[in-house]
Amino acid sequence: MEYFYTLISETYKILFLLLPLLTAVAMIVWLDRRVWAFVQKRKGPNVVGPFGLFQSLADALKYIFKEIIIPASSNKIVFILAPITTMTLALISWAVIPFSEDFVLANINVGILYLFAISSLGVYGIIMGGWASNSKYPFLGAIRSAAQMVSYEVSIGVIIINVLLCVGSLNLTDIVLAQDKIWFVIPLFPMFVIFFISALAETNRPPFDLPEAEAELVAGYQTEYSGMMYAMFWLGEYANILLMCAMGTILFLGGWLSPINIYPFDIVPPALWFIIKILLLFILFALVKAIVPRYRYDQLMKLGWKIFLPFSLIWVVLTAGFLLYFDLLPKV
Amino acid sequence: MKISRILKTIFMLDFLTALIVAIKEAFKDKKTLNYPFEKGKISPRARGEHALRRYPNGEERCIACKLCEAVCPAQAITIESEQRDDGSRKTTRYDIDMLKCIYCGLCEESCPVDAIVQGPNFEFATETREELYYNKEKLLENGDRWENVLAANIKADNPYR
Repeated sequence: MEYFYTLISETYKILFLLLPLLTAVAMIVWLDRRVWAFVQKRKGPNVVGPFGLFQSLADALKYIFKEIIIPASSNKIVFILAPITTMTLALISWAVIPFSEDFVLANINVGILYLFAISSLGVYGIIMGGWASNSKYPFLGAIRSAAQMVSYEVSIGVIIINVLLCVGSLNLTDIVLAQDKIWFVIPLFPMFVIFFISALAETNRPPFDLPEAEAELVAGYQTEYSGMMYAMFWLGEYANILLMCAMGTILFLGGWLSPINIYPFDIVPPALWFIIKILLLFILFALVKAIVPRYRYDQLMKLGWKIFLPFSLIWVVLTAGFLLYFDLLPKV
Repeated sequence: MKISRILKTIFMLDFLTALIVAIKEAFKDKKTLNYPFEKGKISPRARGEHALRRYPNGEERCIACKLCEAVCPAQAITIESEQRDDGSRKTTRYDIDMLKCIYCGLCEESCPVDAIVQGPNFEFATETREELYYNKEKLLENGDRWENVLAANIKADNPYR
């Protein structure tokens, strides 16, 4: 009986997280398109609902009623599995994200490792989709995407080590609480910049959207997908972008902590601070999409391996040396 | 590479400038129209949907000279005519295949009596192809509906001809 009760309460908690998350993903697509349009002096979607807020819902409805075309020569099981994998992996990583000190679905000790592992797995959905389509553009897109995501994960990993050196714990809640005095964005600012750029590459956002560079590869790994399966790729992609924003917020921008602990700021609920910070980061993501031209493939690889990786490694040494010399290493 | 160039790359000055420009532009006036709700200005010369005009007393202008049929590069116009009891020559059939039409405006240019004109209306999409095979009734009806605008447009464009 108690087992049953746990099941119910956990399911309730998961739904309480997932439903707002999916709504947020739909809204974030709208925000993305709006910001992009505003920079280009257009209006963007503004017809469906107030300010066009329901545009994504209308799009989703359209996708649901569209036919799913499965190419005859594709590997059907893997083809269908690919978008499901992408979306599932994008959603399960939210289990460890702490929205406030006491609101986190799974407060595990190695939260950051879990996040890192799941976001690395995300490349599988893309490879599966590209390979199972049995078509040249998806295949080339998937290869590019795999190489790109693997390259930039390395530098993200090293950046995370920087933060962990300052915190002394892999628990995400502890990482946020360690920023009580000063957000890590200030002492580790270069790392924050590199994290942001790597996050753009990791989520296949412009200027690193080579896997789906429409001028060369039609739509990359999504070329053969249609209807709801395409929508699932799309949901997974935006959930991943939100996740990267959340990761950036937790690692560098002090998670749910308010910027100043004085009267008008400390009555805002912590979860709201967290959401505001995610949104600001996301708006930066959207602005970058509007202003930066796409990288060439060799430039992308050069940036990842020859600049970001050595630089973040040097910064790890600097951080460690600084902490050791001034005896600031966290006591565990 | 010059030192200044390296510093520019490291501090991403180009990117930051672009970011500031982008944010500034984002708050300026938008250049787009909310199309179905607000529409742009249309020139009096606009070559949209065809119409056959009438004289103020209700008589058709068209004298069935078939110049428009002859000049039509897409051969979209078909005219048949006969002599009426009062001695005037009038059309019995005036069809335009709006799917063949390339909206070049030569029919309007060739017409000696300003009977066939192209109005400012460009929103006449239909659900079937058959609805776009216009006959004489449809064209005259268009002419009656748009007469005010058509007459004003012809008058506005007159000084330039």
